Amino acid sequence: MKTPPPPARRIIRRAAPLIAVGIAVALAVTGCSPSAKSGSAASATADSSKPVSGGTLTFSLDNDPINLNPRIPGSGNDTLYVERQLVDSLVEQDPATGKIIPWLAESWTVNADATAYTFTLRKGVTFSDGTPLTAAVVKQNFDDIAQNATQATNAITQLAGYTGTSVKDDQTFTVSFSKPDGAFLNAASSVALGILAPSTLALPYPQRADGSKVVGSGPFVLERYTPNTSVVLKRRSGYAWAPKDYGNRAAAYVDKVQFTIVPEAGVRTGSLTSGQVDVIGGVLPQDIQSLKSAKLPLVIRSNPGITFGLTPFIGSGPLADQDVRRALLTAVDRKQIQRSALTPEFKVATNVLAANTPGWADQGKQLGYDPAASKKLLDKAGWKVGAGGIREKDGQKLQLTLGWISNFNPNQSIVQIIQQELKAVGVGVTLWSGTVPQLLAQEASGKLDLLYGNLSRADGDVLRTQFSSATTATTNKFDDAELDQLLTAQLGTADQSKRNKIAQQAQERILQLGYDVPIVELTTVLGTQRNVHGVVLGADSRLGLLVDAYVGKK
Amino acid sequence: MSNEQGSGLARYVLGRLAQAAFVLWAAYTLSFLILWSLPGNIIANITGGQATDLTKEQISKIESTWGLDDPLWLRYLNSLGRALHGDFGISFATQQPVSRLVAQSIPPTVAIAGLGFLFALVFGVGIALAATRARWRWLSGLLLALPPLGVAIPSFWLGLLLIQFFSFAIPIFPSTGNDGFVSAVLPAITLAVPTSALIAQLLASGLQQALAQPYADTARAKGASASRVQLRHAFRNAVLPALTVSGLVVGGLLAGSVVTETVFSRNGIGRVTASAVSAQDVPVVQAVVVFASVVFVLVNLIVDLVYPLLDPRIVTVRRRRLPVTPIPEGV
Repeated sequence: MKTPPPPARRIIRRAAPLIAVGIAVALAVTGCSPSAKSGSAASATADSSKPVSGGTLTFSLDNDPINLNPRIPGSGNDTLYVERQLVDSLVEQDPATGKIIPWLAESWTVNADATAYTFTLRKGVTFSDGTPLTAAVVKQNFDDIAQNATQATNAITQLAGYTGTSVKDDQTFTVSFSKPDGAFLNAASSVALGILAPSTLALPYPQRADGSKVVGSGPFVLERYTPNTSVVLKRRSGYAWAPKDYGNRAAAYVDKVQFTIVPEAGVRTGSLTSGQVDVIGGVLPQDIQSLKSAKLPLVIRSNPGITFGLTPFIGSGPLADQDVRRALLTAVDRKQIQRSALTPEFKVATNVLAANTPGWADQGKQLGYDPAASKKLLDKAGWKVGAGGIREKDGQKLQLTLGWISNFNPNQSIVQIIQQELKAVGVGVTLWSGTVPQLLAQEASGKLDLLYGNLSRADGDVLRTQFSSATTATTNKFDDAELDQLLTAQLGTADQSKRNKIAQQAQERILQLGYDVPIVELTTVLGTQRNVHGVVLGADSRLGLLVDAYVGKK
Repeated sequence: MSNEQGSGLARYVLGRLAQAAFVLWAAYTLSFLILWSLPGNIIANITGGQATDLTKEQISKIESTWGLDDPLWLRYLNSLGRALHGDFGISFATQQPVSRLVAQSIPPTVAIAGLGFLFALVFGVGIALAATRARWRWLSGLLLALPPLGVAIPSFWLGLLLIQFFSFAIPIFPSTGNDGFVSAVLPAITLAVPTSALIAQLLASGLQQALAQPYADTARAKGASASRVQLRHAFRNAVLPALTVSGLVVGGLLAGSVVTETVFSRNGIGRVTASAVSAQDVPVVQAVVVFASVVFVLVNLIVDLVYPLLDPRIVTVRRRRLPVTPIPEGV
């Protein structure tokens, strides 16, 4: 008894009226939701500005944390959102100034060539299991990372050249490096180098993964982690050592924080507008307007580090020519990208680094939109406009392959606009995309001319990770001795004003030689209910401590 | 049952079991070869995919810890040996045992797939019976248009629509999570729609054909009521082809869980698959492939073993190598 499926056309013809009805219903439903929003807008009235203790803060995250061992990358930012609440760091980077301020360490000194950092710990700090924080415990933490380098991949890169920690007394210790590491204070503020209790350090890495045995000194402790579902944190009542960029330095206001994992952005936005969750992460540009019109407050901060942009592969091909690379700088209309694919909350790039990164300086003038200048440079380089508007030289077309990944939702629209704009000056672009491992393999195989991406870190040292000839983070090598010298020099001192100056010189050189075409600043956006207060983003633009957070009266 | 029939049945069962074992081995081997020959930077998978500035020594140490420096054939034999003991290695992304990861995510998927199957059965059989019973041509036409529509609706869209309606506009069911029966209802409906469409489509056309057979006329001529002819005579014959596609139905539910679990923020095998594939977490994908093939093989094995119970001709006819000719039942 064979039953051949009806031909596709018949299916469509049969179903067409019903599909039409379905779409109408869908439109009616989505049309309904704004009225529901304004309904809730009316009910949420003025709110007392006084913190309220107790209650649960619910927070929808995009990604499952995967692994709650701070030494391991997990799923990236969302993992750090959770871990930040559990572990404290030696120092804090103040998001307002970018300066390093005390946290578990109340003071420190650095030797002249930034190879030895001596910290004095704050007194009276305990881990959530009651063990006191001592210099010996900090030493154990760093030694544990060095000994487990192949597993602690998130932490080991922050501790390059570590030779050991010498403990002077319970409060004082010195961390030493085999080569200068002027960026260590920034590294020491990271979650990756967060200080764990000895009981956690005694366990092999796999046993730390689910977080149940991860003991820190943070304002919250883990109550329950259900993979792909939720993470519930409980307030630690004795907490009293939040850094001073927070208003409340004692125990958190809320009793509990419940992170739920909601991968669908539309569902996160809907949960917020329908009042079912207090805070959502990963707000996409297309949802910003609807949250704003529902009068829901947004927490916005640009991500420090290297902005989203194009890095050329200069080893061979047309981009070996500096003029061709420089032509790309002025061929992209960044404001157009901001208007079409993003919102005004996403700033256009004004240098290699984002504007809130220590070491940034305004180079916006060099990054204006000037297609005439680009055309002139390309003409000068010998690339003449050929058939179909694409330039040619010696019978070869100026066709570039641009690799990108969808780690940020609007990327596709952005690279498509770049493609159109480069075509307007006679540069053909072929887009290539895949998963992260595929992209890295493609990159290593030498099949890319341009790579679209960014790299977050609130320190100018991020330039070294991307552009130094010694880096293993990318197979793209610039092999520029002068740039290498600058990138090494910025690690040679812990004097931040000196470091900033060198980072600015490095960026000047990068732009001058067209090693990077900065486009836009990645921006982190959280959405909150109107009665939710004190949810902030840290210097690294990841969720800060939730000590100030509270849920006020509606 | 005679001896001859008994040995026929035994041979039939053994043959099916051997076939099942072969399919599992082939699925494992093929997926192993394909997954390990995909272009991709395995070290980046392990270290988190971000640009990480590790030294060459650290990278080669990671390679040897994970056995990545062994030749492919040795890795295959090692992993096959471990897999036979239920050990699928360590996930690159979570750095936790894969077997536990997959085992933990099976129950929530079974919950929505089971409920979805139940809904699909009720809707599918209901639509098929109603469509073949409807007195009015237009009603029958409308009901028969439902299955193609059900297949055509993207479950992604349907899921979002259900959430919009029944979670945000009228908060009856939760939009996210794994908490109990209520959280399983909307995902189960999302899964049930394409599945019920498949069942309804097959059953309706089977019923239409069966009702046009001479034995149906005979039954009517003997004075059987319309529902007796439909349910007792035609339905029994129409259900066999629907049973044959049980594997497809279960496969559809499993595949549907990838989208459904993501939309409804549920943990489960579909969610694990989605994240493992995008992160190229080879050991996890490998385990999921094996799990899916076990499910398929089991379902088909059960169907194959149930057949002879429903229709003894399947064993005896096979043995005599005679062509299968449908003999109308219930005359």
